Amino acid sequence: MATQTETLASQADALAEQAGTLAENARSLAEQVATSALDGAAAGGHAGEFWWLFTVFVLACFIGFYVVWSVTPALHSPLMGVTNAISSVIIVGALIAAGPAEMTGASWLGLVAVLLASINIFGGFIVTERMLAMFKKKK
Amino acid sequence: MTSGLTMFAYLVAAVCFILALRGLSSPVGARQGNLLGMIGMAIAIVTTLIAPNVVNYLPMALAVAIGGGVGAVVARKVQMTALPQLVAAFHSLVGMAAVLVAWAALLTPGNYGIGTVGNLPVASLIEMSLGLAIGAITFSGSVVAFAKLQGLVSGAPVVFKGQHQLNAGLGIALLVLIVIFCATENYVVFALLTALAFILGFLIIIPIGGADMPVVISMLNSYSGWAAAGIGFTLGNPLLIVAGALVGSSGAILSYIMCKGMNRSIINVILGGFGGEGAAAAGGPAGDRSVKAGSADDAGFIMKNASKVIIVPGYGMAVAQAQHALREMADKLKAEGIDVKYAIHPVAGRMPGHMNVLLAEANVPYDEVFELEDINNDFTTADVAYVIGANDVTNPSAKTDPSSPIYGMPILDVENAKTVLFVKRSMASGYAGVENPLFFKDNTMMLFGDAKKMTEEIVQALE
Repeated sequence: MATQTETLASQADALAEQAGTLAENARSLAEQVATSALDGAAAGGHAGEFWWLFTVFVLACFIGFYVVWSVTPALHSPLMGVTNAISSVIIVGALIAAGPAEMTGASWLGLVAVLLASINIFGGFIVTERMLAMFKKKK
Repeated sequence: MTSGLTMFAYLVAAVCFILALRGLSSPVGARQGNLLGMIGMAIAIVTTLIAPNVVNYLPMALAVAIGGGVGAVVARKVQMTALPQLVAAFHSLVGMAAVLVAWAALLTPGNYGIGTVGNLPVASLIEMSLGLAIGAITFSGSVVAFAKLQGLVSGAPVVFKGQHQLNAGLGIALLVLIVIFCATENYVVFALLTALAFILGFLIIIPIGGADMPVVISMLNSYSGWAAAGIGFTLGNPLLIVAGALVGSSGAILSYIMCKGMNRSIINVILGGFGGEGAAAAGGPAGDRSVKAGSADDAGFIMKNASKVIIVPGYGMAVAQAQHALREMADKLKAEGIDVKYAIHPVAGRMPGHMNVLLAEANVPYDEVFELEDINNDFTTADVAYVIGANDVTNPSAKTDPSSPIYGMPILDVENAKTVLFVKRSMASGYAGVENPLFFKDNTMMLFGDAKKMTEEIVQALE
C-alpha cells in the first residue's frame, strides 16, 4: 500500500513537472508568436498596405460603374469634362514632389506636373460648367 | 502612413467626386454636382498643402497660377464644336503629369515615404512603372487624337504592313523592361521604359480613323484615370486611387457605349484601319440609280405642311456650325404649330454627347432632344425627317445588307418618315465608305449644299 502511495506521489510529481515545462513552453511559444507577428508587420507592411489599397481600388471601380451607368447620355460630354478635372487630382502627388524647401530635380518635375494638372483642373471644371449652363428646359 | 485627419479629408474629397458624377444623372442637379467636384478638389489640394513636408509654397503658387490661368482662358474661349480636341488635349496633360510624378517618386522616394533610393520594395517599383507606362501612353495617344481632331494631320487611319506585329512586339518589350527595372531600379531602364511607352501610345492611335474618335477619346479618358490610380498605388494615396478608378471606369463605360453604337468590338476599333481603302469597295454599283434633288423652297414647303418633324443632326452640323440656324428653323416650325424633335445617335459627332452640347449651345431645350432608343419608333408617324450632317447612322444597309461593313449597327429609322430631307454637300459616301441606299428612295429629297447655308435658306423660305 505504502509503495503504491509512493509511486502515485512520484507520478504526481512528474506530472506537475511536466505541466510546468508545458506552461513554460506555452509561454515561450506565445512570446515567439508575438515577436514574429511584429517582425511580420514590419517586413510585410507594404504588402499589407497594398491589399488595403487594392480593396479601395476595386470598390471604387464598382461605385464608378454604377454611378456612371446612371448618367444620362445627353450629358456624356460634361461627364468627360468633369472626369478630366477629377483625374487631375494627381496634382496631390505633384505637390508632394515639389514640396520640400530644398529644390532638387524632383522638385522641378513636381512643379511642371503641378502646372499641367492645374491647367486641367481649372480647364476641366470651367468647360464642364459652361456646358452644363447651356442645358435648359423648355420654357 | 498619413495621419487620421488627412485620411478623413481625402475621404470627404473622394465622396465629393462620386457625388459630382452622380449629379450628371439629370441636367437638373448637374451643376451642383460640378460644384461638389470643385470642392472635393479644393479639399484635396489644401489637405496636401498643410502636410509637414510641403513648404515650398511660392513656386507652387506660381505653377498653379500659370496653369490655372491658361486652363481658365482656354476653357472660356474654346468653341463648343472644338470640344473633342480640347478634351483630348486635357487627357494628354494628365498623362504627362503621371509620367512626371512617377519620375519624382523614383528620384526622391523619401518624400512619399515609400523607401530609400536604390532600396525600393519591388511592389513600389511595379506600381511606379505601370503608372508611368499608362501615363506615357495616355500622353502620346492623346496628342495624336488631338492632332487628328484639330485637323493638324489627316483623320484617315494610318496603316502599314506588320503594324499589329510591331505593336505587339513593343508591348512585350515594355513588359520585359518593367521586369528588368524592378530587378535593378536602374534610371536608364526607366528612361527607356518612358520612351517606349511614348512610342507605343503614338502607334496605338494612328491607325484609328476620324469617326472612331468617340471611342478613342473615351478610351484615353479611361487610360488617364488608370494612370492616376497607378500613381495612387505608387504613393500609397487612397484618394488618387478612388478618383482614378472612378474616371477609369467612366471612360471604359463610355467606350463600351460608343462601340455598341457602332456594333463593333473594342478590339476591332483599337486594331483600326476602319473606313480606309478596304471598306471603300463595299458600296456596290450606283451609276444607274437617280436621286431626287430639291431646293430650300421645296424643303420649306414640305415642312410647312408637316405636323411632325424630326431633326437628325450629325458631325456635318458641327463642322458647318449649323446648330444656331437649325434652332431658328425649329422655332419657325414650332410657331406654325408643328411638333419638332431631335434624334441623337450615340456615335453622332466626335465625342460622346457632342450633339447634345451643340444643340444646348443653340438654346435647344434638352427635353426636345431624344436618344436613339427613345425616338426610333416615332419616325413612322413623322412627316419629315430632316437629316443634317449625318449619314452612316441613317443607312438602312446596316439592317438589310450582311455584306456591308456597318451591318448590325443600330440606326435611326429615318426611312420610315413620310419624307426624308437629306442635307449633304455632295453624293460622296460617308465615313464608313459605304453608299447610303436612302439617297435613292422615292421619299427622299436631297438638299445639296452647306448645312448652315441650306438651313438658313429654309428659314427664309419659311417666312
